[in-house]
Amino acid sequence: MAPRMRRFGLPLLTASVLALATACGGGGDGAGTASESSAQPAEKIKLTVGLFGDFGFKPLYAEYQKTHPNIEIVENVTQFNDHHSNLVKRLATNAGAGDVEAVEVGYISTFTAQPAKFTDLKQYGLDQRQADYLDWKWQQGLSKDGAQVLGLGTDVGGLAMCYRKDLFKKAGLPDGRDEVSALWPTWEQYIETGKKFAAADVAGAKFVDSPGEIFRAMVNQAPTGLYDAQDTIIVESNPDVKKAWDLSNQLTADGLTAKLAAFSPPWNTGFAKGSFATIICPAWMTGFIQEQAKDSAGKWDIASVPGGSGNSGGSHLMVPKQSKHPKEAAELINFLTSKENQAKVFKEEGTFPSIPALYDDPSIQNFTKPFFGDAPIGKIYSEAAKALKPQHLGPKEADVRTAIGNGLGRVEQGKQTPDEAWAQVLEDVKKIK
Amino acid sequence: MRHTLDVRVSPYAYVAPFFLLFCAFGLFPLVYTAWVSLHEWTLLSDTQEFIGLGNYATLLADGYFWNATFNTLSIGVLSTVPQLALAIWLAHLLNRRLRFQTLFRIALLLPNVTSVVAVVVIFSQLFGRDFGMINWILGWFGAGHVDWAAGTATSHIALSVMIMWRWTGYNALIFLAAMQAVPRELYEAATIDGAANFTQLRKITIPMIRPTIIFVVIVSTIGAMQIIAEPMLFGQSSGGGGGIATGGPDRQFQTLALFVYENGFANSTLDFGYASAASWLMFVAVVVVAGINFLITRRVRGGLV
Repeated sequence: MAPRMRRFGLPLLTASVLALATACGGGGDGAGTASESSAQPAEKIKLTVGLFGDFGFKPLYAEYQKTHPNIEIVENVTQFNDHHSNLVKRLATNAGAGDVEAVEVGYISTFTAQPAKFTDLKQYGLDQRQADYLDWKWQQGLSKDGAQVLGLGTDVGGLAMCYRKDLFKKAGLPDGRDEVSALWPTWEQYIETGKKFAAADVAGAKFVDSPGEIFRAMVNQAPTGLYDAQDTIIVESNPDVKKAWDLSNQLTADGLTAKLAAFSPPWNTGFAKGSFATIICPAWMTGFIQEQAKDSAGKWDIASVPGGSGNSGGSHLMVPKQSKHPKEAAELINFLTSKENQAKVFKEEGTFPSIPALYDDPSIQNFTKPFFGDAPIGKIYSEAAKALKPQHLGPKEADVRTAIGNGLGRVEQGKQTPDEAWAQVLEDVKKIK
Repeated sequence: MRHTLDVRVSPYAYVAPFFLLFCAFGLFPLVYTAWVSLHEWTLLSDTQEFIGLGNYATLLADGYFWNATFNTLSIGVLSTVPQLALAIWLAHLLNRRLRFQTLFRIALLLPNVTSVVAVVVIFSQLFGRDFGMINWILGWFGAGHVDWAAGTATSHIALSVMIMWRWTGYNALIFLAAMQAVPRELYEAATIDGAANFTQLRKITIPMIRPTIIFVVIVSTIGAMQIIAEPMLFGQSSGGGGGIATGGPDRQFQTLALFVYENGFANSTLDFGYASAASWLMFVAVVVVAGINFLITRRVRGGLV
């Protein structure tokens, strides 16, 4: 699901333990248990699920345990970066990984490149789920040769643009979602709108939080991104990357950013204080905004994203080879990513399903959220997801993005000109092994 | 016979636990790291190629390594020097007959028992750019908003304040313990001779506690050279962006230990060979800086001893 949702919502390492009374599940379906092959009560099994934010799974665990009383599910939530680097370490040392681990799309190729470290979910029949999925989402979870199913997708991050109606009104801009969408078919027009917003000088508010996530969105809209199909880094030669870089720095040059790096504590404060009027909004971001800006219900709305469709974020669930209960873990993944449950999680958390059959489902199509002024988020993100063109992701996406993000940060902090920063980015990217 | 065996062998048995633990957790990692540093060694690949001093050569040509070295020294000086001066002064104040003596002494130690995470999170808020209290107070004097985390000097000051907050009281207590061993008669004689309070501190106290000062300087230097938690958490909680371990987007406050962490653990390459080489150079740097400080503090001589 969501990249980095609520990374800082709780202290650095939060372990939330679900200790549900598993014993009480036994009475009701005694007949069902008896009809199964063994009359003995099943062995107690504890499954750990490693996540990097609130995936909205907790109600699902409770439901799962009703039908699987012998399974106890423990959820470990760590911060986005820590989660992934810890997983790398735990795979390398062959100890400490959970039975189910979430992997965000920026890291998925890093892990699918090591098929020996993960359980092939085909063994447990999960290849049958292929027909459910968006094809590119399914492909991302396969080993490089396509022979093994290593991860099943949870959500996709189709893009939209969230904006503050009240701040737009103060700035004298239109505030209806269709009019706002009409303001910015392209990123250049988005920047022009930003300049108008800045000219109105709304106290304490900038147009956008920071260029980092905007850059990511722009690159994701291009046919190829940071890597080509042969897993070569093409940051230097891909004109779309340079264009995204230039446009992102344009935001800084025009004084449109609040200089609040995404997912940092001051950024969270910025939500509460209304420090920025727009934010790039992959589906999972809606849940985040709702959590961070509790007091501003009805002030946010969702317009279409400039520059066409793209995907930002989304995750897979994988079973490390070291799991002692791969079969049960695979069953749990099958359950957590099922069509019904992806729909449920979307309605609660905003993370959007990767199962296209849901996109035309009336319960999704007609789903609105009061927090966003009853914006038809089901419809908006269905359209976004349908229009998505998949992009090839390379094994070191995360490192390349960090290098570029640092460059954008240096420009934002006034340490370097965009050209100096770009030269250093290219140096840094070359060093990535 | 039995008796002599007991006398000769048992002392070794008594000290053995320390040496066994030291070998397991001190000596072995040190040697093993040296071995790793001579290889192209990443956690992800199963083969490790011996490359001799290749990692060291790359490291010495790596601008980011020297940047981290500079930051470490800068933060080290900025935090240690005022910290020790302040600690001596605090200890001097507490080295008199005071009411609620124990209370004051315990209060000195409180910042030290606070978790470093809590300290950095709170100080990052105090040093916040938009809504931080320090900028708010500076605003009264007409000073503009300082983006503490963005600047090299300002971020070093912010980090030094955090380090001082945690360690000043601790060092003051060590000084205080030493000061209490200074014979009272010296002060009485000095008072009769008409020496002022500050003169007594300078001419009696400091020379008399010189061994303790040397000890504290060395320990603080070693500590300052290894700072990692503060810059790492400051980077993540200050809103300036940057990678998890780069110490700001311009690496403006990346210390050596953080540089090691970045290469060994934060990058998805997990370059253990390179990180090990950096650790070894860091070890050498610690020994050199601690040695220099030892030579300097040893020269602090008074008229008494």
